Amino acid sequence: MALLEVKDLHTSFFTDAGEVRAVNGVSFNLERGKILGIVGESGSGKSVTAYSIMQILAGTGKIVSGSIKLDGQELVGAGENVMKDVRGNKISIIFQDPMTSLNPTYTIGQQLMEAILLHTDRNKQQSWDRAVEMLRLVNVNEPEKRMKQYPHEFSGGMRQRVMIAMALACEPDILIADEPTTALDVTIQAGILELMKDIQKQIGMAIIMITHDLGVVAQLCDEVIVMYAGGICEQGTAEEIFYNPCHEYTKGLLRSIPTVDDSGEKLQPISGTPIDLLNMPKGCPFAPRCDNAMKICMRARCERMEINDKHAAACWMNVRKAVKGE
Amino acid sequence: MSTELKSVQPLIEVRHLKQYFNINTGFFKSTPLKAVDDISFTIREGETLGLVGESGCGKTTAGRTILHLYQPTAGEIIYRGKSIKTPKDVEEFRTKATMVFQDPYSSLDPRMTVADIIGEPLDVHHMYKSQEERRQKILELMDHVGLNSEHAARYAHEFSGGQRQRVGIARALAVDPDFIVCDEPVSALDVSIQAQVINMFDELQDQMGLTYLFIAHDLLVVRHISDRIAVMYLGRMVELADADEIYNRPLHPYTKALISAVPVPDPNVARANKRIALTGEIPSPLNAPSGCPFHTRCPYAKPMCSESMPPFKEVEKGRFVACHRTEEINS
Amino acid sequence: MTEGSKVNENIKNLSMQVNLDDFIPATAEEKEYMVQMRPSTTAFKDGIRRLRKNKVAMVSFYIIVIITLAAIFVPMFWPYKYEMMLGMQPGKPVDATFNNLKPFEYSTTEQALRDQGQSVFPHIFGTDSAGRDYFIRVVYGTRISLAVGFFASIIVLVIGLLVGSVSGYAGGKVDMVIMRIVDIIYSLPDMLMVILLASVLKMTLASKLEGTPLAKIGSNIISLFIIFALLYWVSMARLVRGQILSLREQEYVLAAQAAGAKGSWVIRKHLLPNCVSVIVISTALQIPSAIFTESYLSFLGLGVNAPMPSLGSLASDALNGLSSYPYRLVIPAIVISLIVLSLNLFGDGLRDAFDPKLNG
Repeated sequence: MALLEVKDLHTSFFTDAGEVRAVNGVSFNLERGKILGIVGESGSGKSVTAYSIMQILAGTGKIVSGSIKLDGQELVGAGENVMKDVRGNKISIIFQDPMTSLNPTYTIGQQLMEAILLHTDRNKQQSWDRAVEMLRLVNVNEPEKRMKQYPHEFSGGMRQRVMIAMALACEPDILIADEPTTALDVTIQAGILELMKDIQKQIGMAIIMITHDLGVVAQLCDEVIVMYAGGICEQGTAEEIFYNPCHEYTKGLLRSIPTVDDSGEKLQPISGTPIDLLNMPKGCPFAPRCDNAMKICMRARCERMEINDKHAAACWMNVRKAVKGE
Repeated sequence: MSTELKSVQPLIEVRHLKQYFNINTGFFKSTPLKAVDDISFTIREGETLGLVGESGCGKTTAGRTILHLYQPTAGEIIYRGKSIKTPKDVEEFRTKATMVFQDPYSSLDPRMTVADIIGEPLDVHHMYKSQEERRQKILELMDHVGLNSEHAARYAHEFSGGQRQRVGIARALAVDPDFIVCDEPVSALDVSIQAQVINMFDELQDQMGLTYLFIAHDLLVVRHISDRIAVMYLGRMVELADADEIYNRPLHPYTKALISAVPVPDPNVARANKRIALTGEIPSPLNAPSGCPFHTRCPYAKPMCSESMPPFKEVEKGRFVACHRTEEINS
Repeated sequence: MTEGSKVNENIKNLSMQVNLDDFIPATAEEKEYMVQMRPSTTAFKDGIRRLRKNKVAMVSFYIIVIITLAAIFVPMFWPYKYEMMLGMQPGKPVDATFNNLKPFEYSTTEQALRDQGQSVFPHIFGTDSAGRDYFIRVVYGTRISLAVGFFASIIVLVIGLLVGSVSGYAGGKVDMVIMRIVDIIYSLPDMLMVILLASVLKMTLASKLEGTPLAKIGSNIISLFIIFALLYWVSMARLVRGQILSLREQEYVLAAQAAGAKGSWVIRKHLLPNCVSVIVISTALQIPSAIFTESYLSFLGLGVNAPMPSLGSLASDALNGLSSYPYRLVIPAIVISLIVLSLNLFGDGLRDAFDPKLNG
């Protein structure tokens, strides 16, 4: 049994202007000890998927239907008491902006200990020890001294390390990282990514890495989900997605970024503009921007189709290939 | 776009440019924040010079100071052999040098229509004789950047990031400039849109013979679009060289670390990459280290590095590096 | 089932749903048809739409409109005038039965006319101790109160806008000096200042205004306006300054400067249009506080000159006969509360609808 099973998840935001279907039929499994990357552009629903799992949707957001099972336990509709136990204890989340995620009026130590005291039955002294240990784990120098400092005395990269320490303090099974390095500089980002990988190896929890940066995914993730307009285009191992993309969107995305051996040739952009989520077409949401769009793409969404046992995609081009025997 | 094809005539020359801001650090006490500290370089006509560095390195300030959006603390900016000094020079310079901004949301006035945004530089410089001429010019500009003329009367917030950035570019082109400072023009855009905008910069350069100073932190993008790349760290320029050269054979230790940290969108390459881990954090520009600003994090630092600032000198033809130990560490 | 056959099964299922014609490339028009831009909206239209959805704000808005229209038009056709003492008609003896009528009561003269079959316009709220129709006095008082509130807010707006935008845009020393003055005015106990100023101005102005057209408005109202001009602009100035300061950091301002625009251009074209909504909202919220101030000054006898009524002076006058005629205090009090409450609720609604900071 997979650690986390998400099945046909639909999440919508009910705004003045209408229902925004931010997540539209997302299904995936997460195994223990794996790093799953969810890539997509703004509005693709990658963050909303994560927030749905944690049930921390802002404002008018609501899970409309679907199932989220953690270790076989259904979370959708399980109620706030169950979720309180899940959050922080079994699933932790870190956010993009390490500047606003920490409370400026408490010391780092107080905040770390609070998280530990809240979720475990350690006493104060044990919590202190644990907090120091966590800071050491995330490579913060002189952890005892740092415990007594306030967030403003930490730089962005250090704060993100503290956030990771806090998220891992209660040994969660899953760590959700929502663009954890987007606000950081490249050299700092490299350090954080390396740290996440090391810790994952040491502790063995699963990570869901949400990002828009294909480079981050390539570096960190075992499995990748590519999302567009609230749906999953393609999912599979990192190798499969990067070297054998089977959805026109993924192909376009990989063509449009500059590569390492840049030959000075023109990039091949994906034409058009992202879809308006309030005004979603009936067919494949990517069809208006797709160079290979066909009649059927206008009419119907393609279902998810297995390419091989490590790879699945939802693109009519694959059906066409199969039917025409290409 | 090879460098040979482009003229070697410098369009912009920056000489010993300094930009200090006074930051209040207490009652009646202020400390200069050396955002840009003595940088010199030239931009040739028709080339794209990439300017990279991490946050707080002064790259954005450098771009803005070159356009005289901030009065330089010291140093000179020379445009076509003429130093920009008096307010009249600046005013003239503004019709030749413009800017594209990072944030396509906050850089467009939400109360103005697309046509009025693009037309603003024309209004400011009285560059038309009749309303009809103004309208024609605006529609031409919109066409140039691939915007539908029907959208002229719409407000900026109705567009997606990519389209908004096109509006920003059209505004920069309105006065028919020959130099544009592009301040992280694609970093706020979605990946699939970035390529559209990058290609448009390329095409506009070919059509109109534009010269760019392209400021960014994404090294892969900068390398793709630039002919030469300059690297900044804590207000100083540490390396300047041909784009491919600097990417394949960086000489300065900071450049080495920066390039090794780039997340490469290719799993096999990314996993095989040996990253140069930098210790410590970027120091605050308010109290920059003595000597070479990078010595606190540099794996090759020697006592001399904390004593004197290494000169920014030409080590090979067209390659400038500011490091005391360039030769030792690269042999 | 092995993986391979599962894959094949999957493909077979999907292929059943399609035929070969489906694989003809779609035309550009078809693609275009899929993405249509939503109809054009502006921030203003959006705001109006949000405002219309806010029931409380809309009800308040209608109440304000009705009260305002009534205050403007009712005195035009009402048979009684606010200063008319009905018992003292020229050429007739003083008729004291007009004084202190209860609502819908008639004086003896009127009763006599009614007995003869003539129709007499009723005194809806009765009359006051001087025999003046109380309803028209309340309506007229409302008119005065609204006018004072409105014009005082305009004065506050103009001064605050001017000082605030100069302070915010100029920055540096200018800003510091202005803001220290604002701080000083803030630190004065304003109730005390208002009363002090009102009584001083009342004395000095009265003699100066003698014979000028302003005399008709009355020295007290003018001194009220002066008080507002002197004391209440500070919060508006602070607000505008804060707005300008934050807007000044926006990149579009830098973009305008990069295009060569000068200070006045930037203020006119970018800064002011972008703080209009905030200014309008806080002006709307300023009106009730001006009405309140006017009312309590009138209540203390420092407001409008008799016989001109304002809601505050009506309430004050009613104190004398409170035990016999409590409704004379209750009616103007209710009107004040209604106006102030509606304006506040409507102002809040405006803010919710137009202030982008609150609706993300």
